[in-house]
Amino acid sequence: MYTEIAKSYLRKEKFPSVWCPGCGHGLILASILRAIHKKGWKKEETVMVSGIGCAGRIPGYVDFCTLHTTHGRALAFATGIKFARPELNVIAVMGDGDAAAIGGNHLIHAARRNINITAIVFNNFIYGMTGGQKSPTTPRGFFSSTSPYGNAEPPFDLCNMVKGAGAVFVARGTEYHLPALDTIIYKALSKNGFSFVDVIVMCPTSFGRKNKLSSDATQNMEWIKSISIPKKKAEGLSQEELQGKIVIGIFADSLRSEFVEYYEREILKEGKCPKNTKSD
Amino acid sequence: MKELVISGNEAIAYGAIRAGCCFFAGYPITPSSEVAEELSLKLPEVGGRFIQMEDEIASLAAVIGASITGKKAMTATSGPGFSLMQEHIGFAAMGEIPCVIVNVQRGGPSTGLPTHPSQGDVMQARWGTHGDHEIIALSPSSSQECYTLIIEAFNLSEEYRTPVIFLTDEVIAHLREKLVLPDSKSINVVTRKKPDVPPENYKPFDTSFGKVPPLADFGSGYKFHITGLTHDETGFPTDDSKKTAVLLKRLQDKIIDNRDKIVRTDNFMLDDAELTIIAYGAVARAAKEAVLAARERGIKLGLFRLITIWPFADKEIAEISKRMKAIIIAEMNMGQLRTTVESAVKGRCNVLTVGRADGEIVTPSNILEKVKEVGIVH
Amino acid sequence: MSKKYEIRLSGSGGQGLILAGKVLAEAAVIYDGKNATQSQSYGPEARGGASRSEVIISDEEIIFPKAQNIDLLVALTQESCNVYSKDLKDDGILLVDSKLVGQVPEGKYRVYKVPIIDIALKETGKTLTANIVALGLVTELSGIVTRKAVESAILSRVPKGTEEINRKAFLAGIKKAEEITKNSIK
Repeated sequence: MYTEIAKSYLRKEKFPSVWCPGCGHGLILASILRAIHKKGWKKEETVMVSGIGCAGRIPGYVDFCTLHTTHGRALAFATGIKFARPELNVIAVMGDGDAAAIGGNHLIHAARRNINITAIVFNNFIYGMTGGQKSPTTPRGFFSSTSPYGNAEPPFDLCNMVKGAGAVFVARGTEYHLPALDTIIYKALSKNGFSFVDVIVMCPTSFGRKNKLSSDATQNMEWIKSISIPKKKAEGLSQEELQGKIVIGIFADSLRSEFVEYYEREILKEGKCPKNTKSD
Repeated sequence: MKELVISGNEAIAYGAIRAGCCFFAGYPITPSSEVAEELSLKLPEVGGRFIQMEDEIASLAAVIGASITGKKAMTATSGPGFSLMQEHIGFAAMGEIPCVIVNVQRGGPSTGLPTHPSQGDVMQARWGTHGDHEIIALSPSSSQECYTLIIEAFNLSEEYRTPVIFLTDEVIAHLREKLVLPDSKSINVVTRKKPDVPPENYKPFDTSFGKVPPLADFGSGYKFHITGLTHDETGFPTDDSKKTAVLLKRLQDKIIDNRDKIVRTDNFMLDDAELTIIAYGAVARAAKEAVLAARERGIKLGLFRLITIWPFADKEIAEISKRMKAIIIAEMNMGQLRTTVESAVKGRCNVLTVGRADGEIVTPSNILEKVKEVGIVH
Repeated sequence: MSKKYEIRLSGSGGQGLILAGKVLAEAAVIYDGKNATQSQSYGPEARGGASRSEVIISDEEIIFPKAQNIDLLVALTQESCNVYSKDLKDDGILLVDSKLVGQVPEGKYRVYKVPIIDIALKETGKTLTANIVALGLVTELSGIVTRKAVESAILSRVPKGTEEINRKAFLAGIKKAEEITKNSIK
C-alpha cells in the first residue's frame, strides 16, 4: 500500500529512471506523492516544477502538469504559474545546486513574498548529474570532484536562510526518517504560504564513494542516521556538540498574509482577464 | 476616436492591454521602466497581474510560467536585462511558449549609456541565445506604432508559439506624441490555438496539427510535460538524433515558412529612387526627413523601413537592390545589419552604413552627408 | 514659412519644465488639433543640474522628432542658457529669467528678460508656479498655440485644488508677454 499509492501517480512508461542505484530521490518522491494523495489533490490541478540536475528530472516521472526548467529557476517559473492561476497546487522540486547556488536569490525572494508554493530541496551535498562537484551545502573538509583536497568552504544551512527570509513553514527531514518526512511534507503542502522542506538524501555514487561511505546505499543511509539529531534534542546541545550533525524537525510554522491572496484582495480591481474572453 | 499624447513606453502598455495581456513580470531598468509603471497601474483595473521580480532572469521565467497557464504575458527591459533574459528566451523558443519581450535599447556594451538611445541589440535579438532557433523581432517608429505593433507582437507570439522581441529604442520610448486609439473593429487580436482532442490523446508538440501544434493550458484538464531539453512530440526528453533534427528543423520552419506573413516593411518615395536608405525605429524618422530634404535638391532618395527586423526582409531588399545605385543603412550602432543586408544585395549595388554608437540619434544631416559621399563615388 | 515650430524649455531639475512641455504638447494636439512631439532629458540631470524639455509643434506630420533649429528657448538658469542656446535660430526668441540669467549669449535673436520667478511669487505666493508663468509667456510670444488650448491643458494636468493658482500664474505670464511685445513694437 505504502508504495502502491505513490505508484498510482507515476508515468510508469518513463521508467527506469535516470537515477543511479542507491539514490534516495525515489524514496523522497514517493513521500511527496503520498502527501499529495493524502491532500486529495487532483493530478490535472497539480503542477510540479523543477530546475536542473538529478532532482530536475523528477517532474518527468509524475503524472501532473509538469515543467522542467532551467538551472535554479524553478521557483521563478512556479511564481508565474501560481500568480497567474492561483487555484493550481504548485510544488517546486530542486537540488542543492538549484536552491542554494544558482537559484539562491529566487529562493530568498519566494520566501519573502510568501507565495503559496511548496519548495522541496533534494539536498545530497553534491552536483550529481554533472559528475560529483561540490555544492554550497557540501560540509567543510568533504571530498568531491572539485574539492580533491577537501572542501575549503563552510556550507549553507538552508533552513536558517529560508526562515530568515520569511517562509511560514520551514522543516528538514531525511531519506532515512521516512514516516517523519511524510508528515513534514504533508504539513508543508497544507500550509497557506511559502513552505520549504530541506530533505537530506544520499548520492552514493558521487558523495558516498568520494567520502569513504562507499557506493553502498545502506552504508550511506546508516551515515545519515548516525549524524541526524532531532530538533528538540539539539536545543540542549552546544555549538561544539552539534558540529557535524544534521538537525531535523520543523523550524518555522507561522502565519503571514499570503502574496496572491493579498494581491487579489488589495490590488486587483476586476475579476477576470481579459474581461471579454473565456479563460480556457 | 480618442486622442492622447503619450510616450512610446506608455503606448506599449496600452497596446499590450488591448492585445489581451493579463500578466507582466519585470525588473526596473532605464529606459524601459515606464512600461512596468504603467502596467502596474493599469493591469489590476482589467483583472491582470503585475509582479516585480528579483531580476530579469526571474522576470521572464514568471512570464513563461504565466503563459503556460494560458495568460498572455510580457516583460520589458533594456540591454543589461536583455542579456540576462537570453536564458529564458531560449527556453521559450524551445518549449514553444508564447511571450513578448520588450527591449528598449540603450547604449552599450555593459551598462553603457542608460539614458541614451541605441540600436545595438539587433544582433543580440537574433543570436543572443545559444543554439539554433528562429526569432521574431519587431521595431516601432512612433507612439502610434508602439500601440498597434505590440498587438501584432502578441498576435505573432500566439500564432507561432514563439517568444517575440519588441525592439524599440530610447528615443521612441520617451517621445510623447499623438496616439489615436483605433476603434475596436480595426484591431485583430489572435489567441493561441487550443487542443480539440481529449486530454489522454494530447501531445503538446504533436505536428499532426501542423507546424505549430496547439498548446493546452496548465489547469485546463490537460496534463503534459514541458522541458528545455530536446524533446519529441510528447514533450519528454530525447537525445535521438533523428528526433532532434526534426524538432530543430520545425522550430526554424514554423517561422521561415511563414516569413511572408511575418515580415512587415514600409516604403517611402521608393518607386523612382536611385538610392535607398534602410532604417528602422527612431532612425527611420531621420531617414524620412533626409529623403524629403534630398528630394528638394533633386536627389532621388528613397526609404525602406524595416518594421520586422527578424525574420529579415531579405527578399524585399534583394528586389530593391536591382534598381539602386547604392543602399545606405542608417542605424544607431556601428553597422550591425550591414552583412545581413549585403548578403541580400549580393553585390548588385554598393552597401554603406551611417552608424552612430555615441548615444545620439542618427540625424537627417548625418544621412545627407553620407548621400553626398555616394554622389562622389558614382 | 517654417512648417514646424520648435520650443526648448530649459532650467534646472525641479522647476517643472518637463510638465510645462507636456502641457504644451497636449494643448497643441488635443485642444488645437495640431501635431506635437515632446521629449526631455533623462537621468540625474532631470533631478537637478541643467534640464530641458523640447516641444515641436506643426500642422503637419512631425517626422524627425528632435529639435534642430530652435524657434523659442526658455532659460530659467544661467547654466541652461549657456548649454542649450547653441541650437537657437538667428531670428529665434530667447526668453530668460532676468534675475537668474545675467549673461545672455551673443546672437541675432530677440531677447526677452523677464523676472519669471518673481512674477510667480508675487502673483501666486509660490515660486513653484514659475513654469506656468513661463507657459503664459511662451503661448503669447510664439503664437503657435491658443490661450484657450494651453489653459485647458494646464487645468487637466495640474493637481486638483491648484487650478485657480495655476490659472492666475498663466494669466500673469500672458499679461507680461503683452506688455513686453507692445514695448518692443514701439
